[in-house]
Amino acid sequence: MSRSTSIMGREFGDRLVLALVIVFALIMLAPVLWVIGLSLKANAELMADTNSVFRAPYTVMNYFNILANSSVFRWILNSLIVSTCLTIGTLILCSLAGYGFARLNFPGRDILFVAVLLGLAVPEQAVLIARHQIFGILKLHNTYQGLILPGLSAPFGVFLMTQYFRAIPKELDEAALLDNASRFKIFWKVLLPLTVPAQATLGIFTFLWSWNDYFWPLISGTKNTMFTLTVGMASTQTNFAQSEGLGFLMAQAIFAGAPILILYLFFQKYIVTAVSGAAVR
Amino acid sequence: MAEALVSSQASLSSPALTAQRAPRANINASQWRNALFIAPYLFFFVTMLVFPLIWGIWLSFHKADTFGVGKFVGLANYARLFGDKIFLQSVGNTFYFVLLTAPALALLGLFLALALNRQTRSAAFLRAAFFSSSVLSVTIVTLIWRIVFIPDFGLLATIYGWFGAPAPAFLSSPDLSMIAIAIATIWWCVGLPMMLFLSALQQIPGEIYEAAALDNANRWQTFRSITLPSIKRTFILVLLIQVVMQFQLFGQARLMTQGGPNNTSKPIVMYIYDVAFKRWDLGMGAAASEVLFVLILIAAMAQFVLTRRRGEN
Repeated sequence: MSRSTSIMGREFGDRLVLALVIVFALIMLAPVLWVIGLSLKANAELMADTNSVFRAPYTVMNYFNILANSSVFRWILNSLIVSTCLTIGTLILCSLAGYGFARLNFPGRDILFVAVLLGLAVPEQAVLIARHQIFGILKLHNTYQGLILPGLSAPFGVFLMTQYFRAIPKELDEAALLDNASRFKIFWKVLLPLTVPAQATLGIFTFLWSWNDYFWPLISGTKNTMFTLTVGMASTQTNFAQSEGLGFLMAQAIFAGAPILILYLFFQKYIVTAVSGAAVR
Repeated sequence: MAEALVSSQASLSSPALTAQRAPRANINASQWRNALFIAPYLFFFVTMLVFPLIWGIWLSFHKADTFGVGKFVGLANYARLFGDKIFLQSVGNTFYFVLLTAPALALLGLFLALALNRQTRSAAFLRAAFFSSSVLSVTIVTLIWRIVFIPDFGLLATIYGWFGAPAPAFLSSPDLSMIAIAIATIWWCVGLPMMLFLSALQQIPGEIYEAAALDNANRWQTFRSITLPSIKRTFILVLLIQVVMQFQLFGQARLMTQGGPNNTSKPIVMYIYDVAFKRWDLGMGAAASEVLFVLILIAAMAQFVLTRRRGEN
């Protein structure tokens, strides 16, 4: 094979790959553009002909109608409360446990750690029904505690923080110990500040996971006023083929999706690390 | 433990060292007090995960509804389950869905990773774009895709309309409903496999490629003898992760097709939801969850073995 044909072959291959990537990118983008387009049209016009998306007039009326619909704000507030509390709780619990597993010795430590690791393999569905019954007995359904508490048991954070604490050189705590610092002081003053990147990863992952969680909030928070945004948005979706508010629904989808996409723009690197880390473990 | 032993021996043999070694011995001493750091998490681990897991297994052997647990029925719930055509159909549907999505996600993710594994701005932008759908909730994803597939107003219906053809009824046809859900799912989930492959590709040392270039290896040769062997393990790992994830299909099916038409797109998790939280037959629902648990456990264990072995190398 002569050099020139191999270069030509390379260029052709490159172009083919590029063309395919562009096609995939368009497939990724088209549905979102379609939804944005619909959200900017008056409902009556869409009912007559969806091709009207491609021509003026456009309107932001649908977005104004969201402001008038108080339910969405209630759901966003619920999601904010649940996700924030769960994130803070997870960070506290997992940092403490991670330090304990990585640095301290106590009877049964290794067995406990293996038990927590095994917990990673338990799918949510295997505990949902029993948990639902227990929460029913404790009258925790349709409360914020009911939505927050189950998430605190997720083993991933403990695993992540233990790994992270193990990677910190032991000389650091030994030096502090020589200065007669207490265990908690070493944890709080010496080691915790070093774990900020792991805290960010775990925090963002937990927030995102909780914000998007669907199954547990669906069966626990069944009152409209206790819906999270994810469940609330789902409740408006039923039978929307007959709905006249097509543009309104689309505006709601954009409105609900935008905050998390903006969060993604700012914390892209952490989000990718966290989601990949949680998948591979 | 080992260090504690060593230091106690040292203190026996040379008293001069004792003072110096004392704090070190203290660090490694096994003390109940140290467990206090674990206790808060452990409380939630046991009450929210371990206990419900055991209660769930126990429930699956009992007759139970919302009002409480009834009498012990042995394997009756499991017998009813495997006698239920709809359950067997939902198992089949789930396997079909995993088959539709997991290999496609792994292959598409690999392709995108190979194409976008470069330092340019446009590649970085496209990587971010392909991952962006992953951060959306299932509700938004299904809303977007229903409005693509829906007759009359849908994007597909509109595009077909330009050519004067009626669009296939993706969401209401028994043959196409699962495919529609699979397409939406691939759109939603493709970012993760892409990112996992990208990080695997970046771990291949650049020198190997330079050596191959010096040997005048062409692109296909380089791909086959360097890239492919280096990411083989990652490929299996990604595939297993996707199998575990897609096995738990629920939201997309519930929101896009309600499992229909005629249960043709009802996955196991949706069956569990219907039995436990619509018919309130908690015993049978628990039995179905245990079946799902075992199926997922097999894939999860394969993944665990694979990652551990990789860590040892």
